[in-house]
Amino acid sequence: MSTLLRAEGVCKAFGGVQALNGCSIAVEQGSIAGLIGPNGSGKTTLFNMITGYGRVDSGDVFLGGRKITNLPPDKVFGHGIGRTFQLTRVFSRLTVMENMIVGAHHSERGQARGLRRLHNPLARAGGPDTRRRAMELLEFTGIAAHAGVLAETLSYGQRKLLELSYVLMADPAVVLLDEPAGGVNPTLIGTITDRIRQLNAQGTTFLIVEHNMDFVMGLCDRVTVLDYGNAVVSGPPDVIRTDHRVLDAYLGTTEGDDDDAA
Amino acid sequence: MSQDIGQAAGARRWRAGGGRLSREAQGGIAAVLLLLIAIIFPLVITDQVATQIGVDTMLFVAATVAWNLFSGFTGYISLGAAVFFGTGAYTVGIAAQDWHITGNMEFALLPLAALAAGVVAVPFGLIALRVRRHTFVVITIAIFFIFQLMAFNLNITGGSVGISAPFLTWAPETFNIPFYYMALALAAGVAVLSWLIRGSRFGLQLRAIRDDEDRARGLGVRAMRVKLVAFVISGVVIGLVGALWFFFIGQVLPQYGFDPLFDLSVALMAFFGGFGTLWGPILGALILEPGQQYLTLQVSNSYASELIWGSLFLLVILFLPRGVVPMAGEKAMAWRARRERRRAVPAAAAEPAAAGTAGAALPGPAGASTPSGRSAR
Repeated sequence: MSTLLRAEGVCKAFGGVQALNGCSIAVEQGSIAGLIGPNGSGKTTLFNMITGYGRVDSGDVFLGGRKITNLPPDKVFGHGIGRTFQLTRVFSRLTVMENMIVGAHHSERGQARGLRRLHNPLARAGGPDTRRRAMELLEFTGIAAHAGVLAETLSYGQRKLLELSYVLMADPAVVLLDEPAGGVNPTLIGTITDRIRQLNAQGTTFLIVEHNMDFVMGLCDRVTVLDYGNAVVSGPPDVIRTDHRVLDAYLGTTEGDDDDAA
Repeated sequence: MSQDIGQAAGARRWRAGGGRLSREAQGGIAAVLLLLIAIIFPLVITDQVATQIGVDTMLFVAATVAWNLFSGFTGYISLGAAVFFGTGAYTVGIAAQDWHITGNMEFALLPLAALAAGVVAVPFGLIALRVRRHTFVVITIAIFFIFQLMAFNLNITGGSVGISAPFLTWAPETFNIPFYYMALALAAGVAVLSWLIRGSRFGLQLRAIRDDEDRARGLGVRAMRVKLVAFVISGVVIGLVGALWFFFIGQVLPQYGFDPLFDLSVALMAFFGGFGTLWGPILGALILEPGQQYLTLQVSNSYASELIWGSLFLLVILFLPRGVVPMAGEKAMAWRARRERRRAVPAAAAEPAAAGTAGAALPGPAGASTPSGRSAR
């Protein structure tokens, strides 16, 4: 096993708030890694720093040995990191199929057929191969029935599935999921869990931010806990569950209370 | 089990996708008919006032479709279209003056207008496209006024005296006709371009940017480049419109070359017809430009016509925020759905067996509630 995605000493401040304070994490190739921590501990900020949505103040991000620090989001995606957002974001006035084709953009450009596209920039979007692949993925996530409708008509859960589906269009090496189980019914959580496992079995690496502990502990090989912009502990779910530092992070320490009193 | 149903429904929708193709064919037939009418128009109606309005209208169709190609597709509302219009007009004017170009040779300068507008569009875009929404609108207005001020104050633009076009020794009774067909060709060309772009990967990226630019970037869309290319294409076409207009009018003054009413008009026409659609800007310009010309002819007080124009803008934003074309589409769809429902009710009443199979396909409670829901209507 080698490290596929690595953040080293990443710092990021918003005004006076130090969102990330020398945060380091490592995600093994082929694993499902979890990232937990209380609200405001910097999980989403770390995602943003890795995927190019904002610049780090200091520190570095590596993907498979290649430095990708502060690359713009389209380049990061091109290097093989796909992500979803905490508040699901789909292209509401495009059809579900068109949403999928936007995600296919990168992979299609890389293919030999890309040369032909160069000659005809006005070729219709989404060739037969792309559409076939999109339908396969939509069937895989179970929303193929909605391929022709506008994405704005999808339910919240279906949007989550669509976001996962179009990120997969480019066959990313790592997928970063920001609260995939948030606001989703238990049946759908089961579906999402299954799909992540299947993709992982095919070689996709995952890094998942999630508050649902059963989901994280049941799915992840390794869990990292963030607190005040720092990775305080990292280990297998069983170890994390009982680590006192995790309880401190979530429940607060008695020392802190004493300080307040004094 | 549920996935099987999903797949079956998916397959059904794919076949239904064929229906969209036929709708595209309908659009094609409508486009050809409209083009034929537009070609025949000056042959049938030879009145000079009418053909002059025809020229203006075709120029506005071209400009509005070009404006929509960027602003409508990406959602970046530009109120600086006149920058390209004026740049096109002044470029050919100055070139003709400096190079002593006379008569019909002036039309050879048209590519220069396109080039100049494109060259202006690059830094304009690089500055303005860094910001979004309201800020973008304000910056486009600011840049527009910078250009107007330059036209008023620079030596090469002739200041407030403006620039005159080479004199065309054409017969007055047929003077409008060549201009009409040139404007029509430009309008038709940019409409086709707009249609091709909308269906292309490039167009899909533009529309993805409209819906959620940051999400699109996270899916590999090079947003700045894509926006800039569309902005330049749009500017080039509007520059050509400006040059043609200049040759047609024979003179350009700063307040007409860089006219805030032009900025407003193209936006109003696109909004009126249907912002971001293919047909909206065409219909908007076809309806509103003759309307405005008529108004100007009827109301001798130019302030009154401007007042009416501004009020119309307000009315459109208030009552037709998405434009005539999308509203009509929605109405048609609602009507069709109502008709189908009306047809479905007697069928269901006559054939209880059909209702039974429908119920079986659905989960119990939903299936059970369906008949009661129908009888309630």
